[in-house]
Amino acid sequence: MFRNQYDTDVTTWSPAGRLFQVEYAMEAVKQGSAAIGLRSKTHIVLGCVNKANSELSSHQKKIFKVDDHIGVAIAGLTADGRVLSRYMRNECINYGFTYESPLPVGRLVVQLADKAQVCTQRSWKRPYGVGLLVAGLDESGAHLYYNCPSGNYFEYQAFAIGSRSQAAKTYLERRFENFADSSRDDLVKDALMAIRETLQGETLKSSICTVAVVGVGEPFHILDQETVQQIIDAFEIVGEQEGPAAEPDAAAGQGAAAADQGGSTDEGVAPMDI
Amino acid sequence: MNFMASKQPENSLLGPEADSQRTLYPYVTGTSVVALKYKDGILMAADMGGSYGSTLRYKSVERMKPIGKHSLLGASGEISDFQEILHYLDELILYDNMWDDGNSLGPKEVHNYLTRVMYNRRNKFNPLWNSLVLGGVKNGQKYLGTVSMIGVNFEDNHVATGFGNHLARPILRQEWHENLSFEDGVRLLEKCMRVLLYRDRSAINKLQIAKITEEGMTISQPYSLKTYWEFSAFANPAQGAVGSW
Repeated sequence: MFRNQYDTDVTTWSPAGRLFQVEYAMEAVKQGSAAIGLRSKTHIVLGCVNKANSELSSHQKKIFKVDDHIGVAIAGLTADGRVLSRYMRNECINYGFTYESPLPVGRLVVQLADKAQVCTQRSWKRPYGVGLLVAGLDESGAHLYYNCPSGNYFEYQAFAIGSRSQAAKTYLERRFENFADSSRDDLVKDALMAIRETLQGETLKSSICTVAVVGVGEPFHILDQETVQQIIDAFEIVGEQEGPAAEPDAAAGQGAAAADQGGSTDEGVAPMDI
Repeated sequence: MNFMASKQPENSLLGPEADSQRTLYPYVTGTSVVALKYKDGILMAADMGGSYGSTLRYKSVERMKPIGKHSLLGASGEISDFQEILHYLDELILYDNMWDDGNSLGPKEVHNYLTRVMYNRRNKFNPLWNSLVLGGVKNGQKYLGTVSMIGVNFEDNHVATGFGNHLARPILRQEWHENLSFEDGVRLLEKCMRVLLYRDRSAINKLQIAKITEEGMTISQPYSLKTYWEFSAFANPAQGAVGSW
């Protein structure tokens, strides 16, 4: 991509006022496999695409439970993501011990962002190469945040990160106005549909994706494969019946699903993350 | 004399110098605090006395203070340690407010924080010599709890410290019920405080009653209870006492 004289270390500004190392770290997030999140007033659903290295290996864990009321999906350098998840779990446990109350997700996200910022201002460190979709509940309701390697964080109604996330984002942009009042099950369905958009032709099966839910009265948990497959089967059937009447994007996805032989187009994914 | 440089760590338990580093006994103390849950929130009562041993030395000590938006703290025991606790809580609430994010520490969180502080100090053999009562209302939920100087904590519908445990709680166990009105709650507290006034030597007849509800906290002006000393049984206490021991 860019190769210039201002990108050697993170403590060097470019004349245009950019920190290239931070931007390169954000590239690492874009190269990771997709993760999506969406929320209603009472529930948040996280989903991600899990591609194993080879048929012989298992796939990497990209969704982590942080506490009963908080979970995170990552994209990018999964090792960095694991370390940050451990930090988040620690913070939640310590807060819970002192106050016997769940750590408000908004505060955890700020702490995480401040931690990431430190790495953008020390010559002996490098930015974390992972983007985190943090889903959590607090007093004011359900929240979904995106934490960047730059140390920025944003709150979203729905978002997607990682490779081919634009397709998922387009799908979510069309539908997000309905999410606030969606039921929990509809939200899960929408999450799976968004994941399917990123697969671009490949069949959506529960073996290549992971879905997790957290909501009021429902502690954070990852849905097991069978449940996910059942939900997929339920809407794939409905999808095929709606075939002719569906919008162009959705129709393309369904037509290709019938074709079944979708090979993944590998765009040079970094070996550190699948 | 002591030409050997002291090799003891500052908070060592050994030696006379170390003794001055930790709490041994209280000096200026407050007596009982009594509190109960009522329909709209919490009612708490405490007198305004600060005793110096057996001398009733200070008579305008406010032993109940608001904490943040949602809580009320009452303390018995060493007054200077109570002031220290208020200082810690001040800082805690300050940092909580600095987040400026719509979340705030409620009475349950403050109670647990205090439990951690008290227990940690006890483990270092340097306790804050207080029994604390923490009450409050947040999002419609009423909360009332207590922490002792050794870190024992629990919640209940009515709590008391010190003598209040022995004299007031039996009354409360008989007469407390859910959804007391404000007037009934105050009447019940005054009944308890009157018994304490008669029977606790460190109680003085100048008390305040504090109320905390969802709307906020108010604390009454100091006032005194009517007492009756003309019970005929006590008119001539020595009569009928046969000899001395």
